[in-house]
Amino acid sequence: MSKTYEQINEKIRRGEAVVLTAEEVSRMALTMSPEEIADRVDVVTTATFGAMCSSGAFVNFGHADPPIRMERIELNGVSVSGGLAAVDTYIGATDCDSANPEYGGGHIIEDLVAGKDILLEAWGKGTDCYPRRHIRTYVNIDTLNEAYLYNPRNAYQNYNVAVNSSERTIHTYMGKLYPRSGNASYSTAGELSPLINDPECRTIGLGTHIFLGGGDGYVMWNGTQFDTSKEVNAYGIPVGNARTIAVAGELRGMSTDFLRGVYYEKYGCSLYVGIGVPIPILDADLARRVSIRNDQIETNVVDYGDGNKVIGRTNYAELRSGSITVGGRRIRTVPVSSLAKAREIAAILKSRIETGGFLLSEPVRAMPAFGAVKRLEERSVPFGGRTEVLFGAHREKDLSDF
Amino acid sequence: MKRKYMLSFPESTGDKPVVCELVRRYDICVNIIQASISPAMAGTMLAELDACAEELTQAVEFLAGRGVGVELLTDKIALREDGCLQCGNCVLACFSGALTIGAPDWKLAFDRDRCVLCRACITACPRGLFGISAE
Repeated sequence: MSKTYEQINEKIRRGEAVVLTAEEVSRMALTMSPEEIADRVDVVTTATFGAMCSSGAFVNFGHADPPIRMERIELNGVSVSGGLAAVDTYIGATDCDSANPEYGGGHIIEDLVAGKDILLEAWGKGTDCYPRRHIRTYVNIDTLNEAYLYNPRNAYQNYNVAVNSSERTIHTYMGKLYPRSGNASYSTAGELSPLINDPECRTIGLGTHIFLGGGDGYVMWNGTQFDTSKEVNAYGIPVGNARTIAVAGELRGMSTDFLRGVYYEKYGCSLYVGIGVPIPILDADLARRVSIRNDQIETNVVDYGDGNKVIGRTNYAELRSGSITVGGRRIRTVPVSSLAKAREIAAILKSRIETGGFLLSEPVRAMPAFGAVKRLEERSVPFGGRTEVLFGAHREKDLSDF
Repeated sequence: MKRKYMLSFPESTGDKPVVCELVRRYDICVNIIQASISPAMAGTMLAELDACAEELTQAVEFLAGRGVGVELLTDKIALREDGCLQCGNCVLACFSGALTIGAPDWKLAFDRDRCVLCRACITACPRGLFGISAE
């Protein structure tokens, strides 16, 4: 028997929807068939909480009197985009000031959500309509006009395990990796991870209503580096980094419990983002998908100390056991995304749905059926390069207009 | 009992098997956590000495007699647990087994007795939650 989004939403409105977390349904699947699960369960909640560098927030400061066209903008000393009209900006999670690298865009976003004052300093050249050339003041979440999170690439579907076979410690976004494969890190919530539970994105598409940073959000697009070309294992799970989602949501209403600025030594700043995605159990196929278990989710072991070479394969049951064996050697494994927080998110989302406070939305556009990630091929650039070519062409055009 | 010491070796001890002698004479278990010692140069060693109190006292006297600087480390690693994201980055950096994260709750656990004061966690924590507190 299959269900529709509207039937499930009607049950949610009546407070009758049966909601399980992805971990709970995986346990249920040990004794129940996908058909039985599809009959009994309406929604399964999935979640993840980890560093997501491709994140950020759009904000609008409002116009001062006299107004300024902000062309160079600093927030708490961190340079942010000056390329959006007069008083809009995008705070990228990894924006930072090289003189003070431990505080960056992720921290600004966290401070905004916390309601703190942020020092805004901006410069413009002065124009007829925006005569002002400098402004220095405080802003906070209440003084801003719009403020919304917009993350171009979040919630990676699976991710590789990182080790380092080189002779020195390396500092990465996957943590401090000791020489000669002294440790290994992994960063996916396994059977709780959103895109693992709907591996072909049957229900996750443009417009999917999600939990984002403690508040409400939506899937906005396929994420950058969206990749459908990875090898798929016997359980339908891509082995290694595959699909991603772009997400957005109102910053007001989010919580610093699920949105945290971070700094990685000798790497830089990022933002920990909490995401929860509800999967409607429309039919037995989806019931089978959400029943996936850690031992069925495989990923590659990649050597960050040697050109990102794939040196082995493992699964999340092994990773969570505390060690894996690669090339006959036992390596200690540690997660660098938080399973405890992911579980908290899955539970909160479950309760919001059970109490009728969160409805599901049917995607208005599906994710792309195909996506592959291109390398950046380098080409030779003539002396002077781009600047000369473009400005030269522009000048010539201007002259011919006279 | 276990005690952590920072040992400073003068140039003159470079050619002498001081640690070996220490082990043989006083039945001490030496865990070398960090060492930087080169021939004909002064060096330092962060080590944990494990023995009974009397032997430890004798061992310290022996080292001092050989010209080795002995500093008992009473510092402790402090952790502001309320801001912890349970992310695991400190556990990845901790090789002593003092910091662990795992089933069933996957929350950070800190066994201070196992800490060897290597301070790797201080720089590994992406929230800067670790520091040093003097006893």
